[in-house]
Amino acid sequence: MKILLIGNPNVGKSVIFSRLTGVNVIASNYPGTTVGYTKGLMKLGGEKVEVIDVPGAYTLKPTSEAEEVARQMLESGDIVINVVNATNLERNLFLTLQLLERNIPVIVALNMWDDTKHRGIDIELDKLRQLLGVPVIPTVATTGEGIKELVRSIPRSISPEMPVRSRDERWVAIGSIIEQVQRVTHRHHTWFERLADASVKPLSGGIIALIVLVSAFFIVRLIGESLIGYAIEPQFENFWAPVILRLSSFLGGDGFLHHILIGKITGEKVNFVESFGLLTSGLYVPFAMVLPYIIAFYLMLGLLEDSGYLPRLAVLMDTVMHRLGLHGYAIIPTLLGLGCNVPAILATRILESNRERFIAAALISIAVPCAALQAMIFGLLGERGGQYVAIVYGTLFVVWVILGVILRYVARGFTPELLIEIPPYRLPQWRTVLQKLWMRVYSFLGEAIPIIFGAILVINLLDILGIFGAIANFTAPVVTGLLGLPKEAVVALLIGFLRKDVAVGMLAPLALTAKQLVVGSVVLAMSFPCIATFLVLLRELGMVGMLKTTGIMVVVALIVGGLLNAVF
Amino acid sequence: MSERVISLTWMQTGQSGTVIQIQGGIGLVSRLTALGIRPGKRITKVSSMFIRGPVIIEMDRTQLAIGFGMANRVIVKLEETRR
Repeated sequence: MKILLIGNPNVGKSVIFSRLTGVNVIASNYPGTTVGYTKGLMKLGGEKVEVIDVPGAYTLKPTSEAEEVARQMLESGDIVINVVNATNLERNLFLTLQLLERNIPVIVALNMWDDTKHRGIDIELDKLRQLLGVPVIPTVATTGEGIKELVRSIPRSISPEMPVRSRDERWVAIGSIIEQVQRVTHRHHTWFERLADASVKPLSGGIIALIVLVSAFFIVRLIGESLIGYAIEPQFENFWAPVILRLSSFLGGDGFLHHILIGKITGEKVNFVESFGLLTSGLYVPFAMVLPYIIAFYLMLGLLEDSGYLPRLAVLMDTVMHRLGLHGYAIIPTLLGLGCNVPAILATRILESNRERFIAAALISIAVPCAALQAMIFGLLGERGGQYVAIVYGTLFVVWVILGVILRYVARGFTPELLIEIPPYRLPQWRTVLQKLWMRVYSFLGEAIPIIFGAILVINLLDILGIFGAIANFTAPVVTGLLGLPKEAVVALLIGFLRKDVAVGMLAPLALTAKQLVVGSVVLAMSFPCIATFLVLLRELGMVGMLKTTGIMVVVALIVGGLLNAVF
Repeated sequence: MSERVISLTWMQTGQSGTVIQIQGGIGLVSRLTALGIRPGKRITKVSSMFIRGPVIIEMDRTQLAIGFGMANRVIVKLEETRR
């Protein structure tokens, strides 16, 4: 048996899904968080049934790709749990009536029930049940209230098979339902709502956006650096370094195994960044350099997502984003890209047209550095001075803008206009924020660490086999002539295809000048995508789109790297 | 007392009115209708961005952002403002 969770965007389907199945999915306070669908299992009367979290839809007559997915999935379901936002009953009922006209059992979860009280909305449940002809269960998904009752009522779901109406007839019917069940008492704006209004006005909104983004940046750095300095680095220095030194002397200080496990160490000190063994850099890079920033970034992102601020940022950025051939909502995948490009490119599905999705995906994979890469740039280049880090970010930003303007004129198709619902601000709940953080950190650990180990293994094997020299000599004209880097740096550029963080780490032992490190970081950030991004580009844009993006990437990386080398 | 009928983009921030028409094709009408913007609905303009940016309206205690071009096609009958 298949149970579908269907409802308007941002009504809490994903939270209810997590409650029902125990499967954690990313839920946020903005429409379009769920772009694909997630399946899970729940127990219902001793039987295991499948539950599907369907992307949000306003209507079953699709006006967007997400709605198309929802409509298709409806064909395969056995029961629908229609999740309805109780604070906006009228609009939500349009989809409800469409569902009730179909031959499929429905049960309504009247979610965000707690919000109706302080918003002065009074809904007569019994009357609503009677008019709709299906069970209606008030729920508060974020606290779990009403979920048990919802599960218990699933067997009572029925299809009232309402007469099929035209759009206008349906609105008339809804008007009459609302008239009978809902009373709204007027009340004054809360300061929360005043803040909400201020953040979508051009002047105050701009100031608020600046404050939010700048403080987010500094909070991420503060948390990241504190975690490194106080929590993780001391462990490596005090506990792990002695173990490594003992292992090194046990292995005789040299040989194949020593090379792979420990790498190059000299004397009594372990250089965790430059040694490049599996047990040295292989652990230090992911855990002591990247992970702290991943934690800090995703904590901040989670708070921003759940507060409901992001759609407001999208509105403020809309005019600017149109210059890049995108509309404001593209700022959300772009921000996700600062964490990892893979979910960011998946999130471009919230954009309506193919052209927009291509431009957004190309800009993200070329000019938006992921958290792992940024952590390494801060780690290595930060020591040389903040101005160098600023040059890297500045260059990437300029590339993002210029490339966007070019793609806007070159890419075929159209960019539709912004049309979004702006959710109310909500105080993020620690439980959901931490749960989301854990999911993202876990997926970093699960997906990144095997590749980091693989990359370091490959590097050492190639080094032992002496293949690096041959490649380095072959590419020397470009790497040295155009980019002004030592010819050995090509190895880092190639490893960038596996993991960007390891690749930046490979620049460390080359004794580069600050300028060379800047060029190297920028080229690494922009050039070939890492393997995970490569695969997601292939899947989302198809072979042609992926090849186009990759082609643009290589060309732009070489041009910008060459210019940086020549100019500064 | 003259009734004023104008598009969303020409409304002042804070003004309220009733939607009377959406001047557009079936595609636009169905997208806007799905979000609840349809003739007969009372809306209030919350703000609008500079240089033909999106218009933000409030309707049934929900805020919506609508691109300039679309907002231009939503025709509203203004309410009399009390001063």
